[in-house]
Amino acid sequence: MSLAGFPNPVLDQQAAFRAVMQALSEPGCIVQAGALAGEGSPLGPVARAIALSLLDFEVRFSLSSSLADAEGDITFHTGSRLASRLDEAEFAFVDLRQDVLDLGSFAQGTPEYPDRSTTVILRVESLTGGPSLKIRGPGIRGTRELNIPGLPTDFALQWAANAARSPLGVDLIFVTNEAVLGLPRSTRILPEAR
Amino acid sequence: MSRTAENYRGYNFAYLDEQTKRMIRRAILKAIAIPGYQVPFASREMPMPYGWGTGGVQVTAAILGPSDVLKVIDQGADDTTNAVSIRQFFEKTAGVETTTETEKATVIQTRHRIPEAKLQGHQVLVYQVPIPEPLRFLEPRETETRTLHALAEYGLMHVRLYEDIAQHGHIAKTYAYPVLVADRYVMDPSPIPKFDNPKMDDCAALQLFGAGREKRIYAIPPYTKVVSLDFEDHPFEATKFEQPCALCGATDSYLDEVITDDQGGRMFVCSDTHHCETRRCEGHVGHLGMPVTEAAE
Repeated sequence: MSLAGFPNPVLDQQAAFRAVMQALSEPGCIVQAGALAGEGSPLGPVARAIALSLLDFEVRFSLSSSLADAEGDITFHTGSRLASRLDEAEFAFVDLRQDVLDLGSFAQGTPEYPDRSTTVILRVESLTGGPSLKIRGPGIRGTRELNIPGLPTDFALQWAANAARSPLGVDLIFVTNEAVLGLPRSTRILPEAR
Repeated sequence: MSRTAENYRGYNFAYLDEQTKRMIRRAILKAIAIPGYQVPFASREMPMPYGWGTGGVQVTAAILGPSDVLKVIDQGADDTTNAVSIRQFFEKTAGVETTTETEKATVIQTRHRIPEAKLQGHQVLVYQVPIPEPLRFLEPRETETRTLHALAEYGLMHVRLYEDIAQHGHIAKTYAYPVLVADRYVMDPSPIPKFDNPKMDDCAALQLFGAGREKRIYAIPPYTKVVSLDFEDHPFEATKFEQPCALCGATDSYLDEVITDDQGGRMFVCSDTHHCETRRCEGHVGHLGMPVTEAAE
């Protein structure tokens, strides 16, 4: 089965990128996806649009086990190749609804080049209605609330470990079927007030 | 898209090819995630010389969409050569709407100033940067400055500022005044006057910096802490002017000195032309200005 690319690649890629740019500049904000691409992909329309917009022959990607079928589609449309190891991928696609998440397994960057790290795109069912986490950091005026349902139970711990590596670490982009939400490494989850 | 094709046959939307845009976009996303860190990128040759804003133009081209409204300023002015030609470049290659009104713009490309009007959350400020490395004149080797940034070792910069105090009694740097971004990276804010430094702190707009010749992109996300480096006993002080703008009487704006004759005559006027025009239209008149209605007649 082959899926179509963007009907209007130039403007669709720009729109998809701008939504991601806004999401990473305002962590925790739910941003309407700029463009959708392909209902039939295991990636879902938003993550696939991000793949079509940001991937090319210069970068490699990885797929979590339940997304393995998407390899041919991404390679065909972008020229990007599947990384042989998780920590060699610039972009990782993970379906959080089915697969496990281990942030430490991705590329973290180096002290001299913290940008050489993986950007992880996480597919979730919804961005609202989950348990509340308070976040703070650049891009956030004061604090903001994160309500993503279905996060791994140890997510806050994993994120704290990611923060401890700062300015190294991975950046996360959560996607549903219509929206994106960014969580760059600079964002901190505040401990619950009791 | 049809509008683009009509405007400039043979060029891609916003001039750059798509692969270049993707590469720049990836760099921009990393820059936003690591505030103040200079992300290397494969800067392209542009149809203008280095030093004329090739970095800013590439960043603008990578983010620009058909619904954006673009404003370009050079030292605060919308009507100087650099600003006019970059504005026309994007009118031709992207077919986007352009404006001189700060409030109407969604993307503002700037050379060496931050507009006087408070920037809003939906706006993106794109700086043209000549030398992105704040430590470059203290340590010429890229390998060394990279290590210094990795270790957050900024003693050199403090010594540099201290030497000013030892020699002049105060920190004499008036532009490209170094800042600490989000408590981690020391950053060169491009040669904006230090008058503008406080505007970078907790700014509602996203700030992107592009250095074309030096091949670096860096960013300050909205609402990020940006502190001008100083000492407890020599705190940072923004430039203050002793007189108001000669045309609009503004006391809160950055002023340019304009020589008016060869007898030592001079006047000080707002560097932000839109700010000055807006104030004059509102009826403010400086000591050398005249009311807008009279001037029009």
